[in-house]
Amino acid sequence: MSDTLAGLLQVVLLLVLLAACYAPLGDYMAKVFSSEKDWKVEAALYRLVRVDARSGQRWPTYAMGVLGFSFVSIVLLYLLQRLQPLLPMSFGRGAVAPSTAFNTAISFVTNTNWQSYVPETTLGNTVQMAGLTVQNILSAAVGLAVAAALIRGFVRAGTDRIGNFWVDLTRATVRIMLPLSIVAAIGLLIMGVTMSLHSGVDVTGVDDATHTLPLAPTASQEAVKMLGTNGGGIFNANSAHPFENPNGLSDLFEIFLMLVIPVAMTRTFGTMVGNRRQGTVLLAVMGALWGALLAVAWFAETHPNGAAGIAAGSMEGKETRFGIPTSILFGVSTTGTSTGAVNSLHDSYTGGAGGVTLLNMLLGEVAPGGVGAGLIGILVIAIIAMFLAGLMVGRTPEYLGKKLGQREVKFAAVYILVMPAIVLIGAGLAIALPSTLDALNNDGAHGFSEVLYAFASAANNNGSAFAGITVTSDFFQSALGLAMLFGRFVLVLAVLALAGSLAQQKRVEATAGTLATDKPLFGVLVGGTLILVAALTFFPALALGPLAEALA
Amino acid sequence: MLSTLRRQTSTGLRLLIVFTVLCGIVFPLVVWGVSRIPGLSNSAEGSTITRDGTAVGSSVIAVDPVPADPAADPYFHTRPSASSQDVLGPADTSTSGGSNKAGDSSDLLETVSQRRALIAEREGVTPEQVPADAVAASASGLDPDISPDYAALQANRVARVTGLSMAEVERLVADATSGRVLGFLGEPTVNVTELNLAVADARGR
Repeated sequence: MSDTLAGLLQVVLLLVLLAACYAPLGDYMAKVFSSEKDWKVEAALYRLVRVDARSGQRWPTYAMGVLGFSFVSIVLLYLLQRLQPLLPMSFGRGAVAPSTAFNTAISFVTNTNWQSYVPETTLGNTVQMAGLTVQNILSAAVGLAVAAALIRGFVRAGTDRIGNFWVDLTRATVRIMLPLSIVAAIGLLIMGVTMSLHSGVDVTGVDDATHTLPLAPTASQEAVKMLGTNGGGIFNANSAHPFENPNGLSDLFEIFLMLVIPVAMTRTFGTMVGNRRQGTVLLAVMGALWGALLAVAWFAETHPNGAAGIAAGSMEGKETRFGIPTSILFGVSTTGTSTGAVNSLHDSYTGGAGGVTLLNMLLGEVAPGGVGAGLIGILVIAIIAMFLAGLMVGRTPEYLGKKLGQREVKFAAVYILVMPAIVLIGAGLAIALPSTLDALNNDGAHGFSEVLYAFASAANNNGSAFAGITVTSDFFQSALGLAMLFGRFVLVLAVLALAGSLAQQKRVEATAGTLATDKPLFGVLVGGTLILVAALTFFPALALGPLAEALA
Repeated sequence: MLSTLRRQTSTGLRLLIVFTVLCGIVFPLVVWGVSRIPGLSNSAEGSTITRDGTAVGSSVIAVDPVPADPAADPYFHTRPSASSQDVLGPADTSTSGGSNKAGDSSDLLETVSQRRALIAEREGVTPEQVPADAVAASASGLDPDISPDYAALQANRVARVTGLSMAEVERLVADATSGRVLGFLGEPTVNVTELNLAVADARGR
């Protein structure tokens, strides 16, 4: 079978699996966020932490819940790393340096999972499990909760209550993330992923040389790393490491895991707003974008253009068992979601394919986006698209029976402007510093791409990297840490304010003049707006980096 | 406003502690418990291959073997690792990762050229005959596999040095070769750890 045919069959199987889970998982999640009933374990949990599950929250209270919870999460994760020598199963790996611990704490709480350390020599089992695995689950649950609050903004009318953060967080954890993670982890175990509490195993090869292979509690973290679109590897090589991703089957399963919740969220949205085609249209935009970017990256990577790239047949930074199509499929999926796990090194991709992974993040990660965050991103773009359409015909825009007035458009505009501002200011500042040149692993246009990629990854809470860049300096640890913080929480505030504003409105009835938002035309409008916004914002920066490299 | 933030933060702290126990201790230990089931426990502990009670390798990780006498090199070699000290040679297994060099990198071009020349000399072939995966460092630096092309390239030398017949070596290579999973997932591979052990066993017979 030819490489291309095998690769295409793999894509077809992936799409079939996603299609099979779309309706059941999407509807299940809609029920989770609409149900009035608590599970017994949840009720017990609410009593234990003294939460009144029946009380609805205004958006500022909901937002303070998100911020307060994330703050204590960052503090706890920072302390766990700093106090590692006192923790069991640390294997003498010592206290994590303050700047690394700061960066890592923010990184995992913001669902970024950017890593500026080598896990197998830096972190022991306790920090991995009680610190990182926990935030892999909870940061995804926070994303789901905020998305649920935004959907309620459209569903509800004439109320200032958008739900209860503690209830949403608990349900997202107990009913969605944990059960799916257990199933996924067992699947990964069956496929050969490691799960060990030992620090490593010694092997003595045919040449009588002894090597220590580090081990880790992999499967549990791997499952939620992919399902929660987190992406932080328990090994430095991430999903390229055979202990995290041993074969073609585990690889496809991991790609499936990172896509399944974001894809199903569009169904959740459609179901909750009472018109499933509303979700289908948004999914079509996401899918078209994913497919188009996959095609471009696939073509670029099978037609390498640099002298070294040609000499190495595009295999530098790829595993034999994955080859080109499987690596590209993973790369496009990990940057289209906010995952950032890698099964191959994006830094060694061709200019075209590397540029696609970068662009995928700069589009705001909506193909199909992170857990919760992807749906939020595409809804905000839909609002901007409606606003532009309204301007064209001179009519107050509305979406799903809610008028998009000054407030709503203002919050949506903040959402789409914050990320580019962080990326461009951050990358511009970094590239102006003389010390940055020493941090780069490659020269010329590709060196610039390394910096742009780092800030794009941080601000979009992706976590993948053009990993040749050395980011252990205090400047990069702090700047990227702040980029992750603002990229997450300013956006969360804008979204919750938007949700509050929408929920307060009365519903307006659709008239003959209303643009139908469950039809293909609307999908074209949303897709066009998405590309327009990103192109206008990032074309100059992309021209200096990946475009220059691809056309060289 | 501030009192709401304080109240929400303290609720958050209580919930975080509960979730740390649930998601950070109970969940991983449940998965670990499942991994103790016979049939899963070996791969959970790194898929080690044992001979006479000693772990002699992992079937999912390969570290390049170093011949005692480079002129009589009996081993199939892995792909290059970015963590090795020289352009070819064993990986530093305490870490994992690749070179992160770009396609237009002059460093990478030089490294690839050196590897191509060294491998061509080792195998007694022209540099053009050396396949791409043999000269490109893997993503993990621990890649257990090589392409069937690279295995075929090394078979001649291994047969000559070990004294095994070419047919025997080709049979061992075929045994260590896996097609794509389900016929279309991933790529065809030859497992270097298993192949070298099989060659050693065949010599010992």
